Amino acid sequence: MRRNLWMSLAAAASVAVTMFLLGVFLLLVFNLNYMASQLQSNVEIAAFLHVDTPREVVQHLEAQIKHLPGVREVVLVPKEEGFRKISRQFGGEEELLSATGGVNPLPDYLLVRVNTPEEIRDIAGAIAQLPGVEKVNYGQEVVERLFALVRWLRWLGAGLILLLASGAVVLIMLTIRLTVYSRRQEISIMKYVGATDSFIRWPFFLEGLFLGLVGSGLAAGAVYGIYTWLLSRSFNLFLFLPLLNDPALLLKSLLGLIGAGAGVGALGSLLSIRQFLKV
Amino acid sequence: MGLIQFYNVTKLYPPDVVALENITLKIDKGEFVFLVGPSGAGKTTLVRLLFREELPTKGQILVGGRSITRLKGREIALLRRTIGMVFQDFKLIPDWTVFENVAFALRVIEVPPREIKPRVERVLDQVGLLSRAHLFPHQLSGGEQQRVAIARAIVNRPRILVADEPTGNLDPDTSRKIMALLQEINAMGTTVIMATHAWDIVNSMKKRVIALRAGRLVRDDREGVYGYEA
Ligand SMILES: Nc1ncnc2c1ncn2[C@@H]1O[C@H](COP(=O)(O)OP(=O)(O)O)[C@@H](O)[C@H]1O
Ligand SMILES: [Mg+2]
Repeated sequence: MRRNLWMSLAAAASVAVTMFLLGVFLLLVFNLNYMASQLQSNVEIAAFLHVDTPREVVQHLEAQIKHLPGVREVVLVPKEEGFRKISRQFGGEEELLSATGGVNPLPDYLLVRVNTPEEIRDIAGAIAQLPGVEKVNYGQEVVERLFALVRWLRWLGAGLILLLASGAVVLIMLTIRLTVYSRRQEISIMKYVGATDSFIRWPFFLEGLFLGLVGSGLAAGAVYGIYTWLLSRSFNLFLFLPLLNDPALLLKSLLGLIGAGAGVGALGSLLSIRQFLKV
Repeated sequence: MGLIQFYNVTKLYPPDVVALENITLKIDKGEFVFLVGPSGAGKTTLVRLLFREELPTKGQILVGGRSITRLKGREIALLRRTIGMVFQDFKLIPDWTVFENVAFALRVIEVPPREIKPRVERVLDQVGLLSRAHLFPHQLSGGEQQRVAIARAIVNRPRILVADEPTGNLDPDTSRKIMALLQEINAMGTTVIMATHAWDIVNSMKKRVIALRAGRLVRDDREGVYGYEA
């Protein structure tokens, strides 16, 4: 009985750790996805033109780009304005001018905003083909790296969780096995007096389910507590972007954790029952 | 039509044990039958086949006219409800009272809770242990423990009572009391099959005797007596 108690605690704890990590991974992935899409929807295309492109050509290009499908807005940033922006970081226009020998080396550029982030790559490509356009920049790398990180995290998370979940399933199996062992007399008598298999198995199934639910309930509680605490401290995940504050999604994730824990418990007991309760 | 029929039943245990060989027999409703033979003759194996704990390697077994070799799941449980089992070692749960041990048999076949108490009390009265209902097995004599086990076996009113060496652990005097109880149960219409190698008991009862030796049926006598060589 005592051994069984420890075993049960170990099984529930193992479900708890697994589900806690699953929760952390889920929320991390949700946040990174959220961040990536935030970034992406703010992304603009900067189309740098050849230096010294005549203003009429620039205006023609501006009109051309405006007519590309998917483009929402085009803003011309003349080289003077560009120079002003940069010089602020270099201690003033005069200093910068003297450093560049009195000329403004910058090109004009067009800031292009698009309707849907998914089209940004195609539109940027189309713009790059236009005559007079030197180079196109759209912060693509940051966004793509972020998505790659999310993908990678998903695999890592899935692998780790699967490993831990198998451990939890095994612990639950062993726990149920101990219970079966400690109650083998009762089980054989149940069999002799004609109890149905499902009647005999049901309590063991419930035990596994219960262990899974206790473990994942603890995990869900911990995840909820920590996440809301971070939110209340307006914790920032990376530098500047705030944590995703979506109570519905959080609730769904927590319910998912509890469901997964119940699943682990049920699976553990079913496997154990198959193995040890040949009645 | 017999209540229990074995047709050419053979049971092999790997690799090469022939526990029963080509057994054909018929037991009618209401009979009292001794299953005798030396240790290792196949008595327990026959009981386990009847109880569908094991499947025959060859042959057919019918209970109530139905083949039991193809039963599955719930049907096996239902078959077992028609056969009460009693063992040499009683198989009582030590940390449950007499009452709980007997009630368990009803609870696990999902008898409505309010029927359980009266039924348990009636059967404990029948085996003469109503006053001991609240005691634990270790507070009882061997004979009393066996009567609890019999009460548990008959509390759900099976058609057949099978006792595998029920007096094996009991002294002669106590054994006689158990035999009287089994006879009483038989008189109320239950078919009783008792495996034993206690020849004195068999000889005193003058009932049908089926004798096994090395897995073969060697004798089947109405009002038989039991001797190894007879
Ligand atoms: N599960 C088993 N595996 C292998 N051999 C067995 C098994 N059960 C019984 N036997 C063998 O079958 C034969 C009959 O045994 P059993 O039916 O228990 O005899 P009895 O009850 O008459 O003493 C014996 O030789 C025994 O060793
Ligand atoms: Mg035996």
